[in-house]
Amino acid sequence: MSNITMRELKEDIRTGLKTKELVLSMGPQHPSTHGVLRLVLELDGETVVKCTPYVGYLHRGTEKLCEHRTYLNALPLSDRLDYIVSMANNVGYVLAVERLFGIEAPPRAKYIRTIVSEMARLSGHLLWIATHALDIGAMTVFLYSFREREWLLDLFEHLCGARLTTSYPRIGGVRNDVTEEFLDSLYEFTEEFPRRIEEYETLIDQNRIWLQRTKGIGVISAEEAINWGLTGPVLRGSGVPYDVRKFAPYDAYPWVDFEVPVGKNGDVYDRYKVRMQEMRQSNRIIKQCIERMPKGPVMAPDAPKFTLPPKEKVMSEMESLIHQFVLITKGPIAAPEGEIYSAIEAPKGELGFYIVSDGTGRPYRLRLRSPSFVHASVLPRLCEGHLVADVIANIGTIDIVLGECDR
Amino acid sequence: MLAFINEPAVLSIILAVVKSIILVSVAMFHVAYATYFERKAIGHMQVRMGPMRVGPHGILQPVADMIKLFFKEDIIPEKADRTVFYFAPVISFVAAISSLSVIPFYKDWYVANINIGLLFILAMSSLGAYGIVMAGWASNSKYAFLGGLRSSAQVLSYEIAMGLSLVGVMIMAGSLNLREIVEAQNKLPYGMFAIPQILGLFVFLVAAFAETNRAPFDLPEAESELVAGYFAEYSGFRFALFYAGEYIAMIVMASLLTACYFGGWTLPPFILKALPWLGLVPGVVWFVLKVYFFIFFYYWIRATLPRYRYDQLMAIGWKVLIPLSLLNIFITGTLRILKVF
Repeated sequence: MSNITMRELKEDIRTGLKTKELVLSMGPQHPSTHGVLRLVLELDGETVVKCTPYVGYLHRGTEKLCEHRTYLNALPLSDRLDYIVSMANNVGYVLAVERLFGIEAPPRAKYIRTIVSEMARLSGHLLWIATHALDIGAMTVFLYSFREREWLLDLFEHLCGARLTTSYPRIGGVRNDVTEEFLDSLYEFTEEFPRRIEEYETLIDQNRIWLQRTKGIGVISAEEAINWGLTGPVLRGSGVPYDVRKFAPYDAYPWVDFEVPVGKNGDVYDRYKVRMQEMRQSNRIIKQCIERMPKGPVMAPDAPKFTLPPKEKVMSEMESLIHQFVLITKGPIAAPEGEIYSAIEAPKGELGFYIVSDGTGRPYRLRLRSPSFVHASVLPRLCEGHLVADVIANIGTIDIVLGECDR
Repeated sequence: MLAFINEPAVLSIILAVVKSIILVSVAMFHVAYATYFERKAIGHMQVRMGPMRVGPHGILQPVADMIKLFFKEDIIPEKADRTVFYFAPVISFVAAISSLSVIPFYKDWYVANINIGLLFILAMSSLGAYGIVMAGWASNSKYAFLGGLRSSAQVLSYEIAMGLSLVGVMIMAGSLNLREIVEAQNKLPYGMFAIPQILGLFVFLVAAFAETNRAPFDLPEAESELVAGYFAEYSGFRFALFYAGEYIAMIVMASLLTACYFGGWTLPPFILKALPWLGLVPGVVWFVLKVYFFIFFYYWIRATLPRYRYDQLMAIGWKVLIPLSLLNIFITGTLRILKVF
């Protein structure tokens, strides 16, 4: 570039011209690195010779913070992991704690949690298709899918008062029961949504430019994908039918019918197809849950030591008030000692919580296995040897959220 | 004292200046409202409203934008090559707007009726690429640099296809003068070259998208890859010059499309025969309507298609468009020798 000094120029002339890779720092402020991912690209022309991802720009020390909070108080921190699908993170966290304590949520609560996890999956995948298509240049899909995401967020607001940072599930159930209007509106959504997916597909599915930009890009074989530790749609795009919902069912997943869509070639296009199919399956799950949901309580009644008593009782009974006070300030005293790993199928992949308990009301150590972090590590493998434009397609296809990656 | 005004040479200069002023002001007005119309049209395609705040339905949005751009600080990066940085947007803008001078909007509505009108426009549009390359170089920013490189490669390869596609028109009209090209079309029963030159039209249309850096060939300014491409470091009025240059280039290409393939200001004779009262409408209306349609077409494509990748773009240019335009020249030339038209 123009700031080559005269001395360097003379040196070049004397020793003969040498070429050097152009080092391009992409991010942390860049429109399509999906948050604050930073990639240092070494370019030979437009070809990426080396790609190094740098993470940590959104590090907030979630794991450490959890060590200083009671099990109950740590719940809102899980909202901030993958902030696009906070409901799924909440469910993952409460499940892990429930497994540690050995509590079982009542069936109605399980159905409700399944519904909200799948709604979270839909809203996550809708955001993914919106931004992925926008990155590749198909800007119209963006607002079409945001229209439906808005519907889901409104439903979340109706359910728990928050659109993004929901903190709705509780250890031993959910905070409050769903209303009839909520279920009606959600049912209407499930009736309408398959048509909307078709609408997005009309925009890009058969588009020749879309096919050229996605087919054969970012190919990763099934074996390699497993070796890299990929999970979720990224792994399934390579043809491995691994899904935590099927392999270690939780909540109401064993009671509903759904398929696990898999791809074949493991390229950007197959992962796109897998996610589009997953949205249809999620829709199916939600519909079944609404139809089959039993009546009953939404909080585990037999565990007053671990779960918050209902608000009415706090207002009227001394016992409950004491429980509430103790739980909030000290946490459940009788947390069993031990270690537990519990995972859910979050929209991005396997979201694992590894809790080490030393018998106090706070976790001794809480380790998060976040899919985004693992997936970010595969970026160099996908990008090297390809063009700059493919880097964008690859960031979109692994669908990372830096809140979860940096924690 | 003012007698020299009556000299024919002086008179023609004054006339040219007056014409230019009128043309530039009309063109700038169109640029301002082309941005508004683009945002509105794409907005409605994307289930949103587009600008709504300034004036009823956002009708004064371009005015607000213009005021904003005028008063913005003109930031020059510390390590930029200042002289080149200053001149790049000017070159880009001037090259675009001077192409407008040879376009015949109506029988005698042009600034200059030169015999090499078509060649002049092609020359000017390749000159515009210099502005982009210089901007990319002078900014001393890697994103801008990549944008400038992409643009130079793109303009070089698509210019060939575009020039070759117009050769068919030149053969049919037997002239490079845009006015004569329009008149030659009116002699045909269907009144436009779009039908016999369908292959050339296709090549020209695609190449025009690439020449003006519009989607799906907007690689030099690909937002998701290069942030803003070659004008990433520009702000304020210099940015506005690039922006205006791009829109004027778009209008020029749409006008060229109208003049060379769709009969310019004329209506096809068979329509006039069927509906003779349409002949009362001044021809400039048809010209402008045709241009508006093609500008709308640009927006339509932008809202529909994803972006090509750099190597794919090159492959289309060299492996598809150039062979196709050569084939078109061959066919047109053969038909011409056989005196089919």
